[in-house]
Amino acid sequence: MDKENCLGWLKGGKMYALNFDENLCTTCPTGDCLVKCQYMDVEKDTAVEEMVKISRGEDSFVFKDCVTCYGCEEYCKRGNHPFYLITERREEKGILTSPRAITKQWINIGEPQGKYRLGKVKEKVLSFGFMPEFLKWVRGRLFEDVMPSFIFGQEFFCNVVYIHFANTSIIKERLPMVVDNFKKLGVKEVVFIHDECYGAFAHLAPAYGIKVPFKSIHYFEYLYKRLQELKDEIRPLNIKVAYQRPCSSRLSSDKHHFVADIMELIGVDLVEREYQGENALCCGGIFSMCFGYDLANDVQKRNIDDMAANGAEYCVFNCPACQSTLGEKVAKRGIKPVHMIDICRMAIGEK
Amino acid sequence: MTDITQALAEIVGEGYVSDQPEEAYFYARDPGLMPAHEPDYVVVPKTAEEIQKVVRLANRDKIPIVPMGAGMALTGLVIPLKGGIVIDMKRMTGILAINEKARLVIVEGGISQGLLKAYLEKNYPKLRHSIPDSPATATIAANVMIHGQGRLSQQYGFNSDMVAGLEVVLPSGEICKIGSCSISPDWFSKGAPMPDLSGLFLGWFGATGIITKVALKLYPKKKMRDVEIFITDMEEIVPDIVHELTYTEMVEDITVFAQPLPMIFRDNHHITIFFTGDTDTELEFKRKMVWDALDRFIKSKDGGFMGVPPVMKPTLLDSPQRSVTRFADVKKGGGFEYSGPIILVEKYPECSRKIRELAEKYDLGYSGMARIIGRGHCMMYGFAFTFNRADPDMMERTRKALHEVSEYALEAGGVFWKPTVNEQKMALDKMDPNTRNLMGMIKKNIDPNGIMNPGNWEVN
Ligand SMILES: Cc1cc2nc3c(=O)[nH]c(=O)nc-3n(C[C@H](O)[C@H](O)[C@H](O)COP(=O)(O)OP(=O)(O)OC[C@H]3O[C@@H](n4cnc5c(N)ncnc54)[C@H](O)[C@@H]3O)c2cc1C
Ligand code: SF4
Ligand code: SF4
Repeated sequence: MDKENCLGWLKGGKMYALNFDENLCTTCPTGDCLVKCQYMDVEKDTAVEEMVKISRGEDSFVFKDCVTCYGCEEYCKRGNHPFYLITERREEKGILTSPRAITKQWINIGEPQGKYRLGKVKEKVLSFGFMPEFLKWVRGRLFEDVMPSFIFGQEFFCNVVYIHFANTSIIKERLPMVVDNFKKLGVKEVVFIHDECYGAFAHLAPAYGIKVPFKSIHYFEYLYKRLQELKDEIRPLNIKVAYQRPCSSRLSSDKHHFVADIMELIGVDLVEREYQGENALCCGGIFSMCFGYDLANDVQKRNIDDMAANGAEYCVFNCPACQSTLGEKVAKRGIKPVHMIDICRMAIGEK
Repeated sequence: MTDITQALAEIVGEGYVSDQPEEAYFYARDPGLMPAHEPDYVVVPKTAEEIQKVVRLANRDKIPIVPMGAGMALTGLVIPLKGGIVIDMKRMTGILAINEKARLVIVEGGISQGLLKAYLEKNYPKLRHSIPDSPATATIAANVMIHGQGRLSQQYGFNSDMVAGLEVVLPSGEICKIGSCSISPDWFSKGAPMPDLSGLFLGWFGATGIITKVALKLYPKKKMRDVEIFITDMEEIVPDIVHELTYTEMVEDITVFAQPLPMIFRDNHHITIFFTGDTDTELEFKRKMVWDALDRFIKSKDGGFMGVPPVMKPTLLDSPQRSVTRFADVKKGGGFEYSGPIILVEKYPECSRKIRELAEKYDLGYSGMARIIGRGHCMMYGFAFTFNRADPDMMERTRKALHEVSEYALEAGGVFWKPTVNEQKMALDKMDPNTRNLMGMIKKNIDPNGIMNPGNWEVN
């Protein structure tokens, strides 16, 4: 790898490096990373120029304007990692995205404290990451072939969220330890119930050359297979839903199609709307913490207006944090908030 | 049965008097750190007239009297330092009158915060009083007696500022009306436009009289209430943040806390901002005003609003907020005490550094918590330590830490809130001599036999 374009760190004697190839940018026909960015207005040539500047460690307006939506990780179809690069450079330059207090708070929350919880761990295990909601939500027939094989706690927390806070060093410090914790359990297949954790092991870890010694499975894929197995029990729900796509889903865009697949399977009409797919809008949770009222409010309003205008009766959430941020707000507009797990359980008569 | 017990029984009824060791044990202490001292008698009167008779009897025989609400002030103010009679006010729980339009209520001197709150919620859902975060059994009269602060103190000042009249049994036994009610049938002012005599009683800890009735100002209760928490890692800017918030005129209550545990709270100062509204539009308008007021801190990255998850909100919006009580048991063994000087908000950074320094020095769990009073005119800064009652060493360390807090508070320009007897002495020592003499004259003239809560506010 070209040394110039290699951002590495040394941990336990091991050098991990972000795979970013500047040449891919210089020859890029689209500059999609920034051209498609919903928070900047950028032409192709500027996009390419800025990415090259960023890659070379020069200053760029992108450091100021990027609101950390993760989108460009999906927009770039050439295997580069524009958002990780922006994050790395911001950290190197000491450019903060979030108030220091917010970053400290999150880092403290995620610190391993020996309070993790393990079910009867087998070779195949469900990972709840550090989302306590899943301790309550993950139940019923959809999970009976794996449960009670589960893990939960800071020790298994992917730590990816810190890229919002332009703080990759904490990820570098913790992620290898988390991988190690999985390794110690001897698991072979991990079904990640939190989308962001899946993104960490299937996308971010490889981007940095971190070896993951197990197979990562996205819970959408798992749910889809289980629902197929339970096909006879599905009662089509005949409802109209909008899907709230989380930022982290940009790290697993190859799994996004499962939303539509699952909805079709359970007889749900996934409404066509402006802010879907690549054009999805953030729930606003991180925006409000990092950038204040106006950005968050604008994004939330447009998003919910769009759901309502297209007749959504339910809003299906993938990430519990999005649900926590937006749940009450959609409910106030008469749209019922529901997690993906719950809507699947509804379809097999469990809710 | 002694003659006194017999005489007391004739006044309040046999079931409401005791000179037995079981009662003496309980009434000898409060949940704080002050050493216990047993009373000789405990009475639980039902009326002002019964109190009047008890006081006359005590005055005749020069027996000390200590009025008591729920005993939750924690600083030993209800411990009968010189024995005598504890008058437990808990049977005087009447709600005597309410004027919905004028937003006034008259209650008896033993009614609890919880009872008044429940009554208003049921019968007058558009009215509320400034409820403190003490356990719901704490009494209204005692809270104004100690100049407490509650949910509405940021808007309207100390809870005692919300008193609209008093009825007091003087140490001589007379029942005396204070405020508009001394002239008019209506209880709407504790003083103005006349000389404000409530100052002869409020803040005196029962050393000048026993409150048998309180008229209290009530305030509009909006249908909705919400909370946001702004956090910063810079204690120096907390006063500026409070200044901006109070300027908006949009906020109900503002409290600030900083504590090392649980981990989510480590390293930061949390400015908890409550606001209310009758509609979503009103609530959202206020939220935006609050966010806009603090936007410059977000832009400079010196602070930001943390996401308050919906599951956390009921705890925060609880009133009284039970989390304070839960903090009391952090070390298990249920020990909790705070010294809470009233001090300028600009002293927040100093106070915050001091509590960290003391917690480290004495190896104690702590929480620094402030409640803003009256649009930022001052604050109560609580230096709170938790301890395990079964650990005498820890209790001793807490005592020492609190003693240092007292010394520090005076030095920093603060004034003790609900001071212990020792702090009262420190305050009197530091006080302007003419003011001290005035206090001495008042006490001597009102209570010449020194029977009322002796040990407290004694000017010698
Ligand atoms: C967890 C916790 C949280 C708290 N939070 C708050 C808070 O947010 N705000 C706040 O203000 N306080 C707070 N406190 C302190 C205290 O509990 C309250 O101020 C409470 O209102 C005191 O009432 P009480 O009935 O317990 O008083 P007591 O301790 O019974 O009495 C206090 C003083 O008043 C005198 N007194 C009592 N009744 C009368 C009467 N009728 N006439 C004359 N004198 C009388 C007593 O002799 C004593 O000197 C808190 C305490 C705890 C334990
Ligand atoms: S990051 Fe990807 S999309 Fe952006 S310029 Fe480089 S190659 Fe093109
Ligand atoms: S992370 Fe989002 S906001 Fe930032 S540059 Fe990429 S697409 Fe734009």
